[in-house]
Amino acid sequence: MTPRRAEHIALGLMVSGAFLALAILFFIIAVIMIKGLPHISARFLLDNPMDMGRAGGIFSTIVSTIYLLVVSLVIAIPLGVGTAIYLTEYTEEGKITKIVRFGTECLAGVPSIILGLFGFILFVIKLGFGWSVLSGGISLAIMILPVIIRTSEEAIKSVPQAFRDVNEVLGGSKWQGVTRLVLPNAAPGILTGVILSVGRGIGETAVVIFTLGTSLRTPFSIFDSGRSMAVHFYILAREGISMSNAYATAAVLVFSILIINVISYYLMHKFVEGRR
Amino acid sequence: MRTETIVIEARDVSLHARGRKILDNIVLDIRRNEIFGIMGPAGSGKTSFLRLINHTFRAQDVVLGGALYVLGEDVLSEDVNPTSLRRKVSMVFATPVVLPMSIFENLVYGLRIQGIKDKAVLREAAERGLKAAILWEEVRDRLHKPAQKLSGGQQQRLCIARAMAMSPEILLLDEPTSGLDPISTLRIEEALKELKRHHTIVLVSNNTKQIARVSDRCAFFLMGELIETGETSRVFTVPKEKKTDDYIAGRFG
Repeated sequence: MTPRRAEHIALGLMVSGAFLALAILFFIIAVIMIKGLPHISARFLLDNPMDMGRAGGIFSTIVSTIYLLVVSLVIAIPLGVGTAIYLTEYTEEGKITKIVRFGTECLAGVPSIILGLFGFILFVIKLGFGWSVLSGGISLAIMILPVIIRTSEEAIKSVPQAFRDVNEVLGGSKWQGVTRLVLPNAAPGILTGVILSVGRGIGETAVVIFTLGTSLRTPFSIFDSGRSMAVHFYILAREGISMSNAYATAAVLVFSILIINVISYYLMHKFVEGRR
Repeated sequence: MRTETIVIEARDVSLHARGRKILDNIVLDIRRNEIFGIMGPAGSGKTSFLRLINHTFRAQDVVLGGALYVLGEDVLSEDVNPTSLRRKVSMVFATPVVLPMSIFENLVYGLRIQGIKDKAVLREAAERGLKAAILWEEVRDRLHKPAQKLSGGQQQRLCIARAMAMSPEILLLDEPTSGLDPISTLRIEEALKELKRHHTIVLVSNNTKQIARVSDRCAFFLMGELIETGETSRVFTVPKEKKTDDYIAGRFG
């Protein structure tokens, strides 16, 4: 085989691989939309599920999903951004940063079902939070923490060192530099990480089913149980309750993730442009 | 008559970092209201010396020796308060660093971090800084426009203005015109000559012509050693040391 021929074959394989990946994505979205969209209506979005989800809408699961995400972000953002600030601004590159970084990488590698079980044992049973938005929120926060730490770190590192030097020679403390110059300039990058982790959290089932529970009631208190959209879909499909409602839920879910991805892509672009 | 009080006094200042000699027994005086030039080739220790003055020298395993009095306080001692020192001794870097905010916010950054909120005080400081850096006329109508829109030379004068808005007693300049065109350089040199009426300026440069043009007295550093110091006119006409003569004649450097 001539090098030229090998080149052609390799290129052909790579291009078809790329198109296959794209085709699979479109196929999944198309199937879900075709099967789900006809069942989506304003009533479906605004009514509570009835008869275990055979009838009615998914309103309570939308509320549960949003509530869960908000609680997990409220926990994960300060912790994650704080860790990133510590790693980039307050320590020299060395043993400690390596250990913390390795730890967060490992945390990212923990299977979500294990995290779910851990959350169940610690928050639901030992600490007595029960199946609740709180238990689910903390467990989900642990899951998305590595994403937030990593993206925040990158965003903070991309802020020019010279800004910190200016702050220093004008008599600013390190913390003033962080709050007045570093964080405002890193904010778009941090936001991108937050949105990415929302995308991960919104589709999560393993962690959520163990910690938030599966109650179809609309949660009000942080100690109420609930059922996220992803879990609702899982139960509807797994137990064969209503395939049409399952697909409709999936369509709403996929749509939300799509919107979130588009927003994060847009923000990331804006962020990169702004840096130029 | 100029009062010739000494504002910076180096007494056998030596500096080692990671076992490497950076400064070796530097002895010199810098007087009030003068432009003191420090020249020398790269690696001569001139920037390190400048950074000792406002306590921004950073390296690992630093060993200091001697004493460096800045406005009467030994800044090499343990108990120096860097924040209050830097309010009296400001600094401008080689490349202009404007913060991604408006011209006005750049100017008052140093005051804001001191907790000053009074609009009149901030405005007055911004104007004073801009006038000191001879930039007022050019930007007075667009103080709230982004500072990054200014030209390179204007940005560097904005950096000087930002330092001067804090009314420091001493201004440290680390090769402030190294990236600028001759006209921008000229403007900055003019501004410096104005500034020395009320301030003391320490100018580090490896541009000997600039040192000759603007400084009153100067020092020549070479490999961490102070080779020669004195009146600029004297150093450039009858240098006492052969090395100084070679350097200003451009035979090395």
